[in-house]
Amino acid sequence: MADHTATHAVHDPNLGTTGLDHRKMGMWIFLGSDCMFFGSLIGTYLSYKGKSLSGPGPHDVFNIPLTSYSAALLLASSLFMVLALTRLNENRIRAAAFWLFATAAFGLHFVLNQVYEFATFALDEGLTLSTSLFGSSFFVLTGFHGAHVTGGVLWLSILMVLALRGKLDRRDYTKVEIAGLYWHFVDIVWIAIFTIVYLIP
Amino acid sequence: MGLRGPSRGEESQTATMPRRFVSPSRVRAVLLVLGVLVLATSCGWSLWDSPMTTVRPRSDFGRWIDDIFMLISWTTLVIFVAVEGGLLYCCWRFRDRPGAPTPRQIHGHTPLEISWTVAFAVVLLILGIPTIRIIFKTQEAPAATDLRVDVAGHQWWWEFKYPGLNVTTANEVHLPVGQTVAFHLQAPDVIHSFWIPALGGKRDVVPHRVNRLIMTPEAPGEYYGQCAEYCGTSHANMRFRAIVHPKGEFEQWVKAQQAPPVESTDALAQQGKEIFGKSACVGCHTIAGVSAGVIGPNLTHFASRRTFAGSLMQTTPENLIKWIENPDHMKPGALMPNLGMTGDKSKALAAYLLSLK
Amino acid sequence: MPGTQAAKTQGVLWSWLTTVDHKRIGILYGSSAFIFFLIGGIEAIIMRLQLARPDNTLVSAQTFNELFTMHGTTMIFLAVMPFSASFFNYMLPLLIGARDVAFPRLNALSYWIFLSGALFINAGWLFGVAPDGGWFGYANLSSTQFSPTHSIDFWMLGLQILGISSMLAGFNFIVTIINMRAPGMTLMRMPLFVWMSFVTQFLLVLAFPAITVALILLMFDRFFGTLFYAPSAGGDPLLWQHLFWIFGHPEVYILILPAMGIVSEVLPTFARKPLFGAPFVIFSGIMIGFFGFGVWSHHMFSVGMGPVADSAFSIATMLIAVPTGVKILNWIGTLWGGSIRFRSPLLFSLGFIAMFTMGGLSGIMHASPPVDLQQTDTYFVVAHFHYVLFGGSIFGLFSGIYYWWPKINGRLLDERLGKWHFWLMLIGFNMTFFPQHFLGLIGMPRRIYTYAPDLGWHFWNMVSTIGSLIIALSFVVFIVNVVKTMRSGTPAGPDPWDGRTLEWSIPSPPPVYNFAIEPTVHDRDEFWLQKNGDGHGGKPASRPRAATPQDIAAIHIPPPSHWPLVLALAVAVMVSGLLVSTYQIIVGGLLTLFCMYRFAMEHHRPAAGHGH
Repeated sequence: MADHTATHAVHDPNLGTTGLDHRKMGMWIFLGSDCMFFGSLIGTYLSYKGKSLSGPGPHDVFNIPLTSYSAALLLASSLFMVLALTRLNENRIRAAAFWLFATAAFGLHFVLNQVYEFATFALDEGLTLSTSLFGSSFFVLTGFHGAHVTGGVLWLSILMVLALRGKLDRRDYTKVEIAGLYWHFVDIVWIAIFTIVYLIP
Repeated sequence: MGLRGPSRGEESQTATMPRRFVSPSRVRAVLLVLGVLVLATSCGWSLWDSPMTTVRPRSDFGRWIDDIFMLISWTTLVIFVAVEGGLLYCCWRFRDRPGAPTPRQIHGHTPLEISWTVAFAVVLLILGIPTIRIIFKTQEAPAATDLRVDVAGHQWWWEFKYPGLNVTTANEVHLPVGQTVAFHLQAPDVIHSFWIPALGGKRDVVPHRVNRLIMTPEAPGEYYGQCAEYCGTSHANMRFRAIVHPKGEFEQWVKAQQAPPVESTDALAQQGKEIFGKSACVGCHTIAGVSAGVIGPNLTHFASRRTFAGSLMQTTPENLIKWIENPDHMKPGALMPNLGMTGDKSKALAAYLLSLK
Repeated sequence: MPGTQAAKTQGVLWSWLTTVDHKRIGILYGSSAFIFFLIGGIEAIIMRLQLARPDNTLVSAQTFNELFTMHGTTMIFLAVMPFSASFFNYMLPLLIGARDVAFPRLNALSYWIFLSGALFINAGWLFGVAPDGGWFGYANLSSTQFSPTHSIDFWMLGLQILGISSMLAGFNFIVTIINMRAPGMTLMRMPLFVWMSFVTQFLLVLAFPAITVALILLMFDRFFGTLFYAPSAGGDPLLWQHLFWIFGHPEVYILILPAMGIVSEVLPTFARKPLFGAPFVIFSGIMIGFFGFGVWSHHMFSVGMGPVADSAFSIATMLIAVPTGVKILNWIGTLWGGSIRFRSPLLFSLGFIAMFTMGGLSGIMHASPPVDLQQTDTYFVVAHFHYVLFGGSIFGLFSGIYYWWPKINGRLLDERLGKWHFWLMLIGFNMTFFPQHFLGLIGMPRRIYTYAPDLGWHFWNMVSTIGSLIIALSFVVFIVNVVKTMRSGTPAGPDPWDGRTLEWSIPSPPPVYNFAIEPTVHDRDEFWLQKNGDGHGGKPASRPRAATPQDIAAIHIPPPSHWPLVLALAVAVMVSGLLVSTYQIIVGGLLTLFCMYRFAMEHHRPAAGHGH
């Protein structure tokens, strides 16, 4: 019995004794850690809510329609991610590449919306990092989320290019799956931020 | 493979090892060392009377803390003797003897383990009861009859204001015995900590926040205080004094502080006053009727204080001249600039300041 | 043989720089940790020499402030944690019957990032701006207004780099422990060191994000003008303290649990009986890890949180003393009825128990806020944490060093020198730190570079200083021992201690693939079972069959890689750019992205015959 397990492990160094892939498990743990990261940033935002001494307040500057649209973009992109993974599993590589592109494109649109939002706050509303506690905590929280989205867009773009060049197929399911896990996480964090920062008065 | 007794790698080592690790002479040596330590500790006992001691409380706050401290100390002493004694006993009783069989492979004893866990938890929770009681007792709101003292911790000196009495001073806080004082603690710059060990525990001084420390001094005397939160280069030099007056004397001190500054007839002091009025000193210091700076300590009754510069030095002419001539040398990082006062100028300034009783 | 062809074609140095073998990475961590331990020790000796006499002028106030900052930062992040990491790396795969960790290249990356962070923090010494804000860097002293030089920046950025290293290692070891145990090794059959390390990894990945955020907020305040810790804008310096201690308290369990794991391995071996109540000890470790996140504000009893918060954290702290404390009884229970062989590894474990008990008892005093108001920020708490961190962690880690040294190096350390080391260290340690309890009780605050002569503090300070020199001497003995036995020590053989766990069933040092035949596990003390049976009259378990050349040829050894080293360098370039120029940040950032890509793609579509 021991020998059989030994040779099985050599065939797939990523598969562990629980039957789960190492990389998938590793991604889940990373996401748990990232939860604590965003939790601390959200905690900071909440502890400074209403404590700014000057400058515009949240509901002076927020463009809820725009940010709702951004939220919808991310939600849709999560759906596209699922589709990309399904297509990959069916070995329909071009379709998978298309849905990866769609995911990344919607993610990029989200980031561009955010850049626009930051620019209007800074230039039109007089809200910057150093204006007030609100400015500091808002930009750092949403900025780090945006950075996570940007990282995801880059990652997905690379996967898309690999697929188009014939270097990605069904064998790489786990690699794309963990990108998907990351992407869904980033989406869920946005739901939390959108609710806590933008929607709750 | 070794089953019992030394394995191959060990055998060549046994020649260099003493025959028994736990032997009568060793036990005697350990007892001797322990004895010396106990002796040394008792010699240190006389040091409990340090001016900064925490175990000779002189206020209600200090006494309540000391009571819990003694309770916890005795409890932990019992645990210490039991645990360390048990450990030493095991080492002695169950030491390996030549030819000893492999011990019984006991894996545990669940009822015992549960018992000692519960027992330990109960002991700790018992210690928690007086703890919580004293937490609440020492953090009540101040009463209207309390003497209010506003404390400001600056890098690296302490400022004391008595809002009800219109008195502002530095480095030495005066208190009447037997009256509850409510310290209101503020920090204009960084976090410090206000601590008079003989009168109780400390409380941090945090920017943009007013903390409170309430206590009733119970014995007159001069008590030492010190900042107890790292606050920069001269944190070690941020000291102060708390002077608790017997009945009746506190009011005398207040009256003297409320009086206008002494007008000295000494020529050197008058010269010093003139220099003071024309120098940058006025930008930082207040002397009533002379200057209104608020960055440094109020100097109106400077000479009434036994110590200065964060209670770093005794108020003597030599110390004062050295300080004026080169503050940074006396107190690294001191925010008081070197104004190039030397020779006659510093002597005159010192004479002026020493006249401000 | 697998793996050796690649090694032969590269020089020895390059083979170490590109290694992905967990054993070599463990040696890298251990050697680095020891060097930084010595540096931290020198920093301590200088401080003790300064404090030996009142109004002393051996070092300036600024230098002293840098020394205590760097001593604390070095000992915690550059000595104890990497010492623990060296054991995680070397021993965890051996203890679970695995051939390597889940992500060997990520493992190497963790080490190189650690090294760059360690060098980064210490670089401040070279530029005359060594960190001087304390190891805990309280706001708002750490702001640019009150700390205008780059001293804080070296500390802040260096810690960020170290945090990345620790978290990456945490992901790696969690997956390794869950997913790579030998057949038959259920969670409850895992050795205690594996369990304690397992809990530690969860603490690492869940606690470090809090300090990462705290440091990010500080970085933004210092570099980009945000107001997180700016009181003038309504910012609260206590935000830093909360975030820091939400990390900081789990951190102290990160520092002690591995040592507790080591002690839990050493005691059974040298008492010749199993750990008493192993499930209880395991469960206690899990409780500590879990509840360790609920006590952080016991570091803040003096800040004025109010009576309700004070009481809540006080009760939580008293309760967490329970799982921490009962382990001591389990260890004594292990010795009870045993047949105790007083070899060096055991002596250090006994020292751990004795000293950690004392540190734990002073900890109980601190758990009561009223009492703590007298003790916090004084030498009493300095004594407390040195009893648990030195008396605890360091003694425990040295127990591990003496225990596993023969396995790692194939040679025994000299037993007589080991005993000298132990006794000198024990005596020196107690002489240094026991009097510090007195100093705290007679009012000596922490972090002061000097004190007045009329306070009665000089006697115990002098005693403490002499003790510190004895500690230093004990480490000279250790170094002599290492040098003496490195080449010519007695060969250890696979099982010099008559051990109980799997690492003693393979040669010393182990071959690159660890186990020729993957072991099958029936018990926590699997190897003891193989040698002796179950001690209740049952037959010994069957030993694995002898390995054949075909078995060994079939083993896949991960090839070396230079990407971990290069990626770590890119990260260092990017982060240090914050102190140099925006251009460097951008170049470093692009380089980092490039290296990450190459790292990820290195084994994408590998050569035929390597499977996935």
